[in-house]
Amino acid sequence: MDIFDTFLNAEVMRRTFPMLMQGLWITLQLGAASIVAGLALGLALAMARLYGPGPLRVLTRFYIDIFRSIPLLVLLIIVYYALPFVGLRLSPFVSAMSALTLVSGAYTAEIFRAGIEAIPKGQFEASAALGLSGRQTMADVILPQAVRIVIPPLTNNSINVVKDTALASVVAMPDLLKQATQAQALAANPTPLIVAAMIYIAFLWPLVALVSRMERRFAARRR
Amino acid sequence: MTGFVSIRNLRKSYGSFEALKGIDLDVAKGEVVCIIGPSGSGKSTLIRCINRLEAFSEGSEIRVDGIPVTSGRALAKVRAEVGMVFQSFNLFPHLTVRQNVMLAPRRVRGTTRAEASAQADRLLDRVGIGNQADKYPEHLSGGQQQRVAIARALAMEPQVMLFDEPTSSLDPEMVGEVLDVMRDLARTGVTMIVVTHEMGFASQVADRVIFMDAGQIVEEGPPAQVLSHPREPRTRDFLGAVLNH
Ligand SMILES: Nc1ncnc2c1ncn2[C@@H]1O[C@H](COP(=O)(O)OP(=O)(O)O)[C@@H](O)[C@H]1O
Ligand SMILES: [Mg+2]
Repeated sequence: MDIFDTFLNAEVMRRTFPMLMQGLWITLQLGAASIVAGLALGLALAMARLYGPGPLRVLTRFYIDIFRSIPLLVLLIIVYYALPFVGLRLSPFVSAMSALTLVSGAYTAEIFRAGIEAIPKGQFEASAALGLSGRQTMADVILPQAVRIVIPPLTNNSINVVKDTALASVVAMPDLLKQATQAQALAANPTPLIVAAMIYIAFLWPLVALVSRMERRFAARRR
Repeated sequence: MTGFVSIRNLRKSYGSFEALKGIDLDVAKGEVVCIIGPSGSGKSTLIRCINRLEAFSEGSEIRVDGIPVTSGRALAKVRAEVGMVFQSFNLFPHLTVRQNVMLAPRRVRGTTRAEASAQADRLLDRVGIGNQADKYPEHLSGGQQQRVAIARALAMEPQVMLFDEPTSSLDPEMVGEVLDVMRDLARTGVTMIVVTHEMGFASQVADRVIFMDAGQIVEEGPPAQVLSHPREPRTRDFLGAVLNH
């Protein structure tokens, strides 16, 4: 069949598969590193926004709004192409990870804040009355409860981060998309692009389904 | 005379609204004081100032065992000596009953796990729920939850226990089991300050009853006097309304 020869050519697939796997490995590394760094940054930002001294709160809020407004592609291009003008030359991986982390951290901060604010005031008061410090209250009482609330939106955010790693191909990162476009050029056949798309879907579909399931279960428990 | 808990000229405002208008109160060690009064009269605000869940105005002074209740380091000392039981229990839902009781001794006092666990089991036995220790709070009745909350507060071995309407959110058939635990506690010599609408409990257990209205102490004295022969018309009106409703 003509259409299979064009879009799912077995011979091209066989030849370009190793390239795609290299790209996938880099995509997964970039995604995982950015997700973890974004979580740490987000938690720190949420704490600063909720409990920091006045000026820090304002600053944090400013940061969160700015980095939720800027298009990731614009930020990435600034980091990679503009920062060298002030002497800061970052590798494609570090550029991409920085941009992804800065933005993911802003979204994660809002998710954590909402999770913490959803915990009833009585939990803070009971902790204080028992003599727990602010830090102990967070670690032992509030965050363990908030985590259950924030897991679905955090998973959602992680899906977005993995998807957005594809933008890194514009700064010459040999990620899955970049490898696929190069393989396509080499083979003069679009099969690698289709395969790359299927790989993205294969990784992210289960997570999307998981989030839907968690959200349904959460909604059921709320009732 | 200054009490174990001593409150001088306590004022507290929410914006321009004055919730406490200069309260003076001394509670002796081992004394059981019940605070009664209409809704909105400032009862909760008063006892929440004692462990500084509410900040209060400049010029007010509260001391517990001689330690001034301020923010900062001394506050941790005060909170370690003052236990509190809330109307809405406020148990930690992600922890089992035993873990609820163990948490503060483990974290604040640095008690070992084994010691804290043994102490939790003793306390849970004492409040009559030793056999529920591994359950989560949501699987307990309201009365049982409130008894766990009492055990949790007692685990810090407080000198003073504050109760803010501990039975008000309970189904009527569970009020008795909580009041029984509090009655036992009163016999052990713990200083207790109890905001309550349970006039029976107040008259049997309290050493002193305080009637509050509009942010002030209107009348105080032994329960037999305040509850049976109130001097102030406002106390009479309140008691009339409570007893006839
Ligand atoms: N956080 C708050 N903000 C504004 N007003 C409050 C707040 N908490 C309590 N108040 C007011 O202070 C008064 C005393 O409240 P409270 O101490 O809860 O009364 P009680 O416990 O006797 O019912 C009430 O008029 C109440 O509306
Ligand atoms: Mg109240």
